[in-house]
Amino acid sequence: MTETLTDTLDVSATSLLRFATAGSVDDGKSTLVGRLLHDSKSVLADQLEAVEAASLRRGQDAPDLALLTDGLRAEREQGITIDVAYRYFATPRRRFILADTPGHVQYTRNMVTGASTAELAVVLVDARNGVVEQTRRHAAVAALLRVPHVVLAVNKMDLVEYAEPVFAAIAEEFTAYAASLGVPEITAIPISALAGDNVVTPSAHMDWYGGPTILEHLETVPVGTDPAHDPARFPVQYVIRPQTAEHHDYRGYAGRIASGVLRVGDPVTVLPSGATSTIAAIDALGERVDAAWAPQSVTVLLADDVDLSRGDLIAPTAAAPVPTQDVEATVCHLHERPLRVGERVLLKHGTRTVKAIVKRLPYRINLTEGLAHEDEPERLDVNDIGAVVLRTAEPLPLDAYADSRLTGSFVLIDPADGSTLTAGMTGEPFAAPATKAEQAAADDEGWDF
Amino acid sequence: MTTATQRAGDTGSPYAFSHLDALESEAVHIFREVAGEFERPVILFSGGKDSIVMLHLALKAFSPAPVPFGLLHVDTGHNFPEVIAYRDRTVEQHGLRLHVASVQDYIDDGRLRERPDGTRNPLQTVPLLDAINEGRYDAVFGGGRRDEEKARAKERVFSLRDEFGAWDPRRQRPELWQLYNGRHAPGEHVRVFPLSNWTELDVWQYIAREGVELPEIYYAHERDVFSRSGMWLTAGEWGGPKDDEPVQRRLIRYRTVGDMSCTGAVDSDAATIEQVIAEIAASRLTERGATRADDKLSEAAMEDRKREGYF
Ligand SMILES: Nc1nc2c(ncn2[C@@H]2O[C@H](COP(=O)(O)OP(=O)(O)OP(=O)(O)O)[C@@H](O)[C@H]2O)c(=O)[nH]1
Ligand SMILES: [Mg+2]
Repeated sequence: MTETLTDTLDVSATSLLRFATAGSVDDGKSTLVGRLLHDSKSVLADQLEAVEAASLRRGQDAPDLALLTDGLRAEREQGITIDVAYRYFATPRRRFILADTPGHVQYTRNMVTGASTAELAVVLVDARNGVVEQTRRHAAVAALLRVPHVVLAVNKMDLVEYAEPVFAAIAEEFTAYAASLGVPEITAIPISALAGDNVVTPSAHMDWYGGPTILEHLETVPVGTDPAHDPARFPVQYVIRPQTAEHHDYRGYAGRIASGVLRVGDPVTVLPSGATSTIAAIDALGERVDAAWAPQSVTVLLADDVDLSRGDLIAPTAAAPVPTQDVEATVCHLHERPLRVGERVLLKHGTRTVKAIVKRLPYRINLTEGLAHEDEPERLDVNDIGAVVLRTAEPLPLDAYADSRLTGSFVLIDPADGSTLTAGMTGEPFAAPATKAEQAAADDEGWDF
Repeated sequence: MTTATQRAGDTGSPYAFSHLDALESEAVHIFREVAGEFERPVILFSGGKDSIVMLHLALKAFSPAPVPFGLLHVDTGHNFPEVIAYRDRTVEQHGLRLHVASVQDYIDDGRLRERPDGTRNPLQTVPLLDAINEGRYDAVFGGGRRDEEKARAKERVFSLRDEFGAWDPRRQRPELWQLYNGRHAPGEHVRVFPLSNWTELDVWQYIAREGVELPEIYYAHERDVFSRSGMWLTAGEWGGPKDDEPVQRRLIRYRTVGDMSCTGAVDSDAATIEQVIAEIAASRLTERGATRADDKLSEAAMEDRKREGYF
């Protein structure tokens, strides 16, 4: 990457994009990742040598780029991805954290892990097979997790003679399905991960396509939200009390701003207690500042002595959430042990963990049959998506997940053995489907050809 | 939807946030989560750059209070003297507690046997697990980064270890958003990796930005070295060189710091941090590829060691 050296050294200007792959087993996710890394010159000589040697041992004549991310022994033996692999690469414009997720239905929970922090998901579809059940499942998970940007990569175009109608039909079907999930816009790109078409370099075989390559799109898609638009949320992680002569009266609340902006002088409310105060000072890792914003880690000092400890939330008095003990949420169940009505669990929200009981399971969503609801199911099985009503032992200041990914989300934990059971998102599962007009506008944006 | 969003982090926004800021904030958050949820955390501190950056982040995370954890060092007995000196200086300077687990002691009293190849890296696992038991540590911070190695690339930030310290890659907990689940049974512990998402270049850029001091062997210097399995190993009492391994004086530096028996030096004239960053940005070899003999053993060498309780 010598040609990008000077740019790489300018660290103040580069932004970070976290993205994840998605799509059915064998549709080419890991190959795409390998291709992205390889063609952006992010694979170093010894890594490539190791992959070449491993491919040769497996009797493959060309290096299998999927081996760049399929790093576990079991994955290499079976030729599939089992758990998320995180990879890192940079271009002069941006830094990327990439989560390569497994396509196999059995490992959906690992896909959920990778997608929960992603700002963009690349959903791959094998051009020969089109949209299949697992494509729908992953698209639904991405929509459920409110991944802000979704890219459809129609892969293996080399196996369908790079034919435009194949691409157009898949793009149309997927875009319509995504719209029903409330995903407002889809960028569809025809690629061959194996041959490299439209991954980093524009394809020589598809002149009918005039849109961006995958990498171009990743480099230019807007990232981050504007903290000024969101109400501030500050879950307190830890109370800092030096108790030294020099800092005798120092009492700071340490945390990472989950959303919005905090300013010195802001009137704030502590939840769930409801105590009020004002922000007296903000320490940004050793430096006094007047304002701080998501996702900074800071320490907040308040003007009054209030009762405040780990697990509490500091929010602006003018826009504080209302704590509740009745939680209605959409969940993705992640454990082999099913979730049943009456079960006692621990609920971890922000920095607080409380006891909770599963009161109702209003419905399960059937992802393969037009998102049909199965009402009042007896239980939720692993990888099921459904609705849950919980009663918590203490009130929680929850936001709607649609408004805030960090303060609207929680996990359920088994109190007996500590397993993570379920991922929860407060509120309704999907955004309202886009209207016909919006959809048409989105279509125009997404289809640059 | 996108019209309303701004590009925080891209230049021009009043709420700019660079990628180094993002990584720092994430690591600090992880430290504070552990401080809030565990009884007896400890930081694995080898005196290498990753553990030094970890300590720097911990100091920032709890400032102006002291770091609420001690340090644990697994001393292979073949550590670089410059690094041990740095370790002791640092402990002194910040008034930290240091627990040393000594591989040499285990060899001396027969609990461990020296391997024929003289490599001590794999021997660290037993003293490490014993020290974790003795110290009753429930959270153990490691400086591992996912970009280092393909098995590490699969590991969670909070990585549960059973009573034998073993990692089971098939049974990892889902880890969503910023919600880390540190629950564990008595006897189990959690390895925590605050630098999971950092690359080698990020670490160096952060060291430069923060003006962090490192052991001098990270910068170019002249040293007596000899070649073994394609690496420049330092000549010294630890066991090298053998009769057929000629010693030469070369201008080198270390990209990683570990046991002298399996940490290779790289030819380098990078004497300043700027030169080191330029060198790494242009390097065609990974950190471990350039410097670690122990990972060349097999395709899954790291996975196997981790399963047994290694870092
Ligand atoms: N012809 C052709 N083959 C491809 C292409 N992309 C991937 N493949 C092949 O498809 C097979 C599966 O690829 P992977 O990248 O492992 O698929 P995956 O989506 O990561 O699979 P899981 O992670 O197990 O869900 C491999 O044999 C690839 O070589 C492509 O663009 N064209
Ligand atoms: Mg894969």
